[in-house]
Amino acid sequence: MEILVAISVGVMTSCGVFLVLRSSTFTVVVGLTLLSYAVNVFLLSMGRLKVGAPAIIDPAAEQYADPLPQALVLTAIVIAFGMTAFVIVLALKARGELGNDHVDGRDFTRNKEEGS
Amino acid sequence: MIESNFALPLAVLLPLVGGLIAALSARYKRSAPVWCAMLATLAVLVLLIPAMPKVFAGETLIQSWVWIPNIGLDFAFRLDGLSLLFTLMILVIGLLVILYTRVYLSENDSPGRFFGCFLLFMSSMLGVVLSENLLLLVVFWEMTSLSSFLLISFWQYREDARQGARMALAITAMGGLALLGGVLLTGEMVGSYNLTEVLAAGDVIRAHPWYVPTLILILLGVFTKSAQFPFHFWLPHAMAAPTPVSAYLHSATMVKAGIFLLARLFPAFSGSHEWLWIVSTIGMLTLLLGAFTALFKHDLKGLLAYSTISHLGLITLLFGLGTQLAAVAAIFHIINHATFKASLFMVVGIIDHESGTRDMRKLNGLLKHMPHVAVLAIIAAAAMAGVPLLNGFLSKEMFFDQAIVASRGSAWALAIPVLATLGAIFSVAYSLRFVHDVFFNGEPVNLPRTPHEPPTSMRIPVDFLVIICLVVGILPALTVGPILAVAVEATLQGSPPPYSLAIWHGFNVPLLMSALALLGGFLVYCVRRHLFAWHEKFLEKIDARFVYNSAIESLQRLATALTRWFDRGSLQHMLGWTLGVAALLGFAGFYSAKAPLFGNRELMKYDPVALIAFGGLILASISTVVLHRKRMISLIMLGVVGLLVSLGFAKLSAPDLALTQLSVEIVTVVLLMLTLFFLPQYSPPPSSSWRIGRDAVWAIGLGCGAAILTLAVLTRDLLPISDYFLKNSVPGGGGKNVVNVILVDFRGYDTLGEIVVLALAGLGIYAMLRDVRLNVSMTDLEGRPWSREFQSPILQNVSQLLFPLIFLIAAFIFLRGHNLPGGGFIAGLIASLAIVLQYLGNGVEWTDARLRIDMHHLIAGGLFFAIGTGLVAMALGYPFLTSAFTYLNWPIVGKFEIASAMMFDLGVFLVVIGSTVMILVQLGKLNLLQAVPSKRPGGDN
Repeated sequence: MEILVAISVGVMTSCGVFLVLRSSTFTVVVGLTLLSYAVNVFLLSMGRLKVGAPAIIDPAAEQYADPLPQALVLTAIVIAFGMTAFVIVLALKARGELGNDHVDGRDFTRNKEEGS
Repeated sequence: MIESNFALPLAVLLPLVGGLIAALSARYKRSAPVWCAMLATLAVLVLLIPAMPKVFAGETLIQSWVWIPNIGLDFAFRLDGLSLLFTLMILVIGLLVILYTRVYLSENDSPGRFFGCFLLFMSSMLGVVLSENLLLLVVFWEMTSLSSFLLISFWQYREDARQGARMALAITAMGGLALLGGVLLTGEMVGSYNLTEVLAAGDVIRAHPWYVPTLILILLGVFTKSAQFPFHFWLPHAMAAPTPVSAYLHSATMVKAGIFLLARLFPAFSGSHEWLWIVSTIGMLTLLLGAFTALFKHDLKGLLAYSTISHLGLITLLFGLGTQLAAVAAIFHIINHATFKASLFMVVGIIDHESGTRDMRKLNGLLKHMPHVAVLAIIAAAAMAGVPLLNGFLSKEMFFDQAIVASRGSAWALAIPVLATLGAIFSVAYSLRFVHDVFFNGEPVNLPRTPHEPPTSMRIPVDFLVIICLVVGILPALTVGPILAVAVEATLQGSPPPYSLAIWHGFNVPLLMSALALLGGFLVYCVRRHLFAWHEKFLEKIDARFVYNSAIESLQRLATALTRWFDRGSLQHMLGWTLGVAALLGFAGFYSAKAPLFGNRELMKYDPVALIAFGGLILASISTVVLHRKRMISLIMLGVVGLLVSLGFAKLSAPDLALTQLSVEIVTVVLLMLTLFFLPQYSPPPSSSWRIGRDAVWAIGLGCGAAILTLAVLTRDLLPISDYFLKNSVPGGGGKNVVNVILVDFRGYDTLGEIVVLALAGLGIYAMLRDVRLNVSMTDLEGRPWSREFQSPILQNVSQLLFPLIFLIAAFIFLRGHNLPGGGFIAGLIASLAIVLQYLGNGVEWTDARLRIDMHHLIAGGLFFAIGTGLVAMALGYPFLTSAFTYLNWPIVGKFEIASAMMFDLGVFLVVIGSTVMILVQLGKLNLLQAVPSKRPGGDN
């Protein structure tokens, strides 16, 4: 199970990094979202993996999952959502101001459009 | 008089306050700042009078307060003989300069600014000499650099003033940085930054392996401040300052700060070979270079500047020789140099003021125009040359005597008296030039103004200083004897050696050297024309300023080139660098770790369901990348990844996370779907294969790193720090769901910060979207117009039916959050989904008409609840956000726990709803605003 989680984190990181390095804003945002998944799973796994042991106090429970990483990840998920929304709207704003959706504002489509 | 215990800090701070008042008072009366400055200076003098008898009795006054104990910084001041000598010089010469400046400043100069900076400088200088704590001393040291920058650049409109000030600041601040390093090392060696301990620990310091680096760092500070070779070149350029500033800073005070430190740390650092070699060699070089160059300067202030450099070199050389008598000579020369050099600078200021130039090729025969000033200048210059019956002669004799003593050391040391005489010859020559060229030697050439005697208040300070030169020169033991004795005692930290301040020591070698110097100087001056021609031919071009400027320029060029190389105006490029460096650093971390990469914790078995989910996750992630140019499909794949991750959370005992992830996932996908409409429909051309290759390498590298790191952690045993939370969740927080209790209770502060960020994101998005204009194509890529009939009756009806139900679920999730998976975050997200569903099903207008709540108010209300909960706790005397809880018995439900944390969670709930709905609805409304038919042709694929 640990190996599966590690590989998942690795694959999501790779995919996220690759997308983040693309030139169109939307793809970058998708990449960021993937990266945030990877980071969240990574953070959770810092408390080691436990199955069927939620951190809810119960006299019958033998063990609990580590609640601290969970609390961290919960905030991280919500913040990541706020930031994703902010960044994508920033991308929209850039599109409105610059007329294109390149991360560096380069309008490589202009020639093409005029040609069509 | 108050016998106060805080006279010393008061003495330092008084000019600072005075400076502020002086600067402000200028707007009421033009002469006010002068009186302010004078009063402040006099007040400091009066304040210190009660302490003086004690110092003369050999006491050391220390007034100390603990300031920042964990770095060893005390607010500590010290008054002993050495600091008293410098304090008196700073105050008395300061007073004379203030009197002098009163007339010197022209109508266009702002007296408020001048005296404000002047007193700031005086305060910092007093701080340097009165500090007991070395760190405090460094602070004042930096203040002198800054305030002298302001004073040198007083005539801001002049380019040479600005450049000179910048150069002075760059050099002295560099030295200040080195000094800080040296002081920190000293503190580490001694275990205290207080001078009392440092001065007593000379043996420890000299035996320490850090001695040499520390010494070099401190000497860098000293040499830059006191304009020693090779840092001397800033001083001549600082002559662009008004002459009173030069008289004060560049003769008596600031350049002496370095010398002061040399004297101050003499007991702690002197007495080693390194000290002897470095300090005396640099001193000798500076002495010769300054004396030689001074002769060739046609500008009067330039001559004085190089002469100052030379005399500072002489003092440094004396300290470098390291004997006790040499230290006596050095301190005596500090006093003498300050008096004659300050008066000479003032004379130059008078000449400049009354004749309009400082060029010695134009100034001739001023004797008959200003005879009084001429007499003063002749006496002061004679003192500078070391003519008998003047103070300069006495200390120069002592210097020659010590040079001879030092020459007995080795064959090499024989050079010391020879070079000392050579320096003295040039010293006589330039003094002679100063007198002869200016006051005799024919008639003035093309002067801008007809020179005449100066106003009285410009002359009186010079009178005073020249009288001191004379009196000290004739009656040394009676006048300067006592203060010299205590200053020497404080410098050496022990009883001073026997020395004689008599004028006549009989016919001896020093007297012979003096005679040689006078004769040689006269001869050199006689052949000056040939020397000038030779100098112009060969040496005129050599100027350390060019080296400095080209060094600064190449540094700037390097910085620019380096920045350009990394920052090419492309975010993509910079991101590539950042990630690449992160990957390299990460792998360097793995590589340098000594422990085995993986631990030996027992791994869990995986079941088929987990394997299938894993496979799906990998597949969906890779599809997101492969299909990234088809944005819609890529987005759906992203949604799949998110769902699988939330399933993973559920499996791995994190039900709260699963719920949160699930609801966030839905909101995110809706959000991205909405924006997709506004972004160009065509994809950018694919990147070059080189670029794809590079990015793939970075991506795979970082992915492998993340995977290895995760596995490295997961295969090791856990030492959790969360036992406290598990134990105290029920008794302390009143909730069984530990994750929720952590969020709303234990770490409530973090959560508060987090919802503020969320609120800001929502507001920021609102602000950004208010006036954005997007040129949206109204057709799809094939040229078909978008369908305008977006209302599906089924969705319409179902959404309306679901609305109360979803809210019920949200309320349920919210209420149970403290004990079971749920809570404000999740409930908020669910509730916002209910609202968003209405917008989707029934349209913006319909929903807006029925949903009368302004989301801004919701956010504000949420923050109000959250912060209010914390404030209530504070009002009851607990720390901010302390939670309390109790149990109520409700009629049907039974025992029910109610916690103040619930109010906090309600705040979270409201902020989450407000922000989420605002973000989504703003984007949705954009749709309506942009709904103007466009004639753009369809896509181009």
